[in-house]
Amino acid sequence: MKSIRKTSRPLALAAAAMIGLPLAVSGCGTSTASSSEAVKEISVMDYYNNEPDKSFIGDALTSCGTQAGVTIKRETVPGKSLISKVLQQSSSKTLPDVLMLDNPDLQQIAATGALAPLADFKISTDNFAAGVLSAGTYKDKVYGLAPTVNTIALFYNKDILAKAGVTPPTTWDELKTAATKLTAGDQYGLAFNANPTYEGTWQFLPVMWSNGGDEKKIDTPETEQALQLWTELVKDGSVSSSALNWTQADVKDQFLAGKAAMMVNGPWQIPALDKEPSLQYGVVKIPVREAGQTAVAPLGGEVWTVPQTGNKARQAKAAEVVACLNSDEKQLSMAKARNTIPSKTTLADKFATENPKLATFTELIKTARARTGQLGEEWPAQATKIYTAIQTALTGNASPADALKQAQGQ
Amino acid sequence: MSLTTDVSQAAAGTAAGKGSRKHGRGSGSAMQVPRRRPRHRRERIFQWLFLVPAVVYMALFFGYPVAKNVVMSFQDYTTATFFTGEAPWVGLANYVTVLSSSLFSTSLLNTALFTVGSILGQFVIGLALAVFFRRKFPLNGILRSLLLLPWLLPLIVSSAVWRWILDKDSGALNRFLGDLGIIDTGIPWLTSTSLALIAVVGVNIWIGIPFNLTILYGGLQEIPDELYEAGSLDGATGWRAFWHITWPMLRPVVSVVLVLGVVYTLKVLDIILGLTNGGPANSTQTIATQSYALSFHEFKFGEGAALGNVLVIISLVFAVLYLRASRRAVDE
Repeated sequence: MKSIRKTSRPLALAAAAMIGLPLAVSGCGTSTASSSEAVKEISVMDYYNNEPDKSFIGDALTSCGTQAGVTIKRETVPGKSLISKVLQQSSSKTLPDVLMLDNPDLQQIAATGALAPLADFKISTDNFAAGVLSAGTYKDKVYGLAPTVNTIALFYNKDILAKAGVTPPTTWDELKTAATKLTAGDQYGLAFNANPTYEGTWQFLPVMWSNGGDEKKIDTPETEQALQLWTELVKDGSVSSSALNWTQADVKDQFLAGKAAMMVNGPWQIPALDKEPSLQYGVVKIPVREAGQTAVAPLGGEVWTVPQTGNKARQAKAAEVVACLNSDEKQLSMAKARNTIPSKTTLADKFATENPKLATFTELIKTARARTGQLGEEWPAQATKIYTAIQTALTGNASPADALKQAQGQ
Repeated sequence: MSLTTDVSQAAAGTAAGKGSRKHGRGSGSAMQVPRRRPRHRRERIFQWLFLVPAVVYMALFFGYPVAKNVVMSFQDYTTATFFTGEAPWVGLANYVTVLSSSLFSTSLLNTALFTVGSILGQFVIGLALAVFFRRKFPLNGILRSLLLLPWLLPLIVSSAVWRWILDKDSGALNRFLGDLGIIDTGIPWLTSTSLALIAVVGVNIWIGIPFNLTILYGGLQEIPDELYEAGSLDGATGWRAFWHITWPMLRPVVSVVLVLGVVYTLKVLDIILGLTNGGPANSTQTIATQSYALSFHEFKFGEGAALGNVLVIISLVFAVLYLRASRRAVDE
């Protein structure tokens, strides 16, 4: 009998350890604060993990925290791993009190039920640009607000254009002529990115949307004309076929090195461009097919949300911070510091006069469209079709019309 | 009627039997053989205890992910599932979607070409280098360790560097070829649908050579010198020695290298993502990259899992081939 008891003890211990371990692990996850306690600290997660944005956002958060009477416990994760982190946290119910999301991901996450509608906290959505609100809205409720936003436009090298006697183009025909004229030696007229990621789709949207193309159905004459323009530019050599593999950062490098006279890019490249004192550049809207068409640009930027953490008091504090980040004062200071655009249209004129470099972008934001505005959670699938069609047409595998038809049917 | 009674009787019988046997064993062990049985049992328990860490590890880190992936592939698993925990069963729908997609045949063909091309290149060059380094010459060790370099670099780093080397306009390779006067205009290594797969295979060969070289070199060291001495007396030198001595003696190592190589190559993801992202126009899209895109870009986790399982099955075929080959080698 004695011997039996001896052997059973380690077994029982092992069994207890195995059962206990996961319990202990899961125990760590549950939040212990009850909602009646005074909230002293709230957690924040965003993807501004590089300087100088990291500090700009950090300072804004700290000052908003002070205003709301809480300290901020901030976590910054790399952009690529934010969504997987959010999904992981939503399954373990450990979402932060304030969560930043890239605007095309908002509907995807709101659809899971993980976010609280901002109306619950009486956060005002007045004066925001229509595109900004539509990016933050899922099923008629606003879940996220972006203090500052961005979009893309046409950058041009003033010296190269002046030397060739070219004025910045405003229509597609002018763009084609200018690009051909500016192509010489190892210098290309234009650089954009048409890579097989959402970035390739994003860069194509201005020509597609300005011409009346619709993301819901891409095999239309309007979108075909836009793709025809992209294809011709690559085919006649005014855009390098490397565009098929470039990122927006590569495009900026080409422009900086003087290997591209014009480029499609966003205001976040301005600090890098300004570091090169010899580079004189200007920014205009991306040309439209015919004079008189409105330039419609895609809306970029990050929205701030309040996840459903189940703790009402913390959520209320979190909402105060989100509201503060979206205040006029914070919008203006963050936009100026980060080369982005305030999302309230009421601030546009003041901002544009104070920051002439960003005037074109500020103008574009008024009419900018959100990528998820029409399709919501269906956007990723359709965006994949768009870049597939672009790649098929630019490689010459099919005509723009056929490429779009194939992609739409997929 | 009679059948059911038979069955129920039989069931009752076994239940009773079990009960009585259990009872019997319990009392028997306690009363009749009090010493030997517990010690025997103790030994067995300890045997099991020694197995526990391995079993737990396997179940946790191999069993669970595989089982989860299989379950996922039969569910409509979306981003919402993470929050609500709800994933409706959809049967074979995910498999039907991914297998009937027009992209699947492209990816399958690319996966096959990528794997065959990579393995062929890695193996031939690896073997040639291994045979070369078998000779004794100065700096042999240093050169051999330098060749391991591609293996030591993080794949993200190597693919970023290669992406720059292979760039059409300012890439080092085109500059080099241009300076030699071989080409006039840049070759679009990564942006031409006919060249991109070749370029990606080339980079993967470069990455795979150290692995092949190391294992094959190890195999060569095992071949006794006496065989070559005896062979040279009979006139087997150079190529003849390779075909009649080296190759037959190396066969078991070769099968290991090839099968492991195939399994490693089938699942290559980071190199392709880093170089071309599956482009241009899906010309470097493999099953692995497509499965990744479905799960992590389009958030269709069910379809991604289904495609991942297809890849697992393909790998499994090669794993079984490997096991059979190695068993035969042992039998011989």
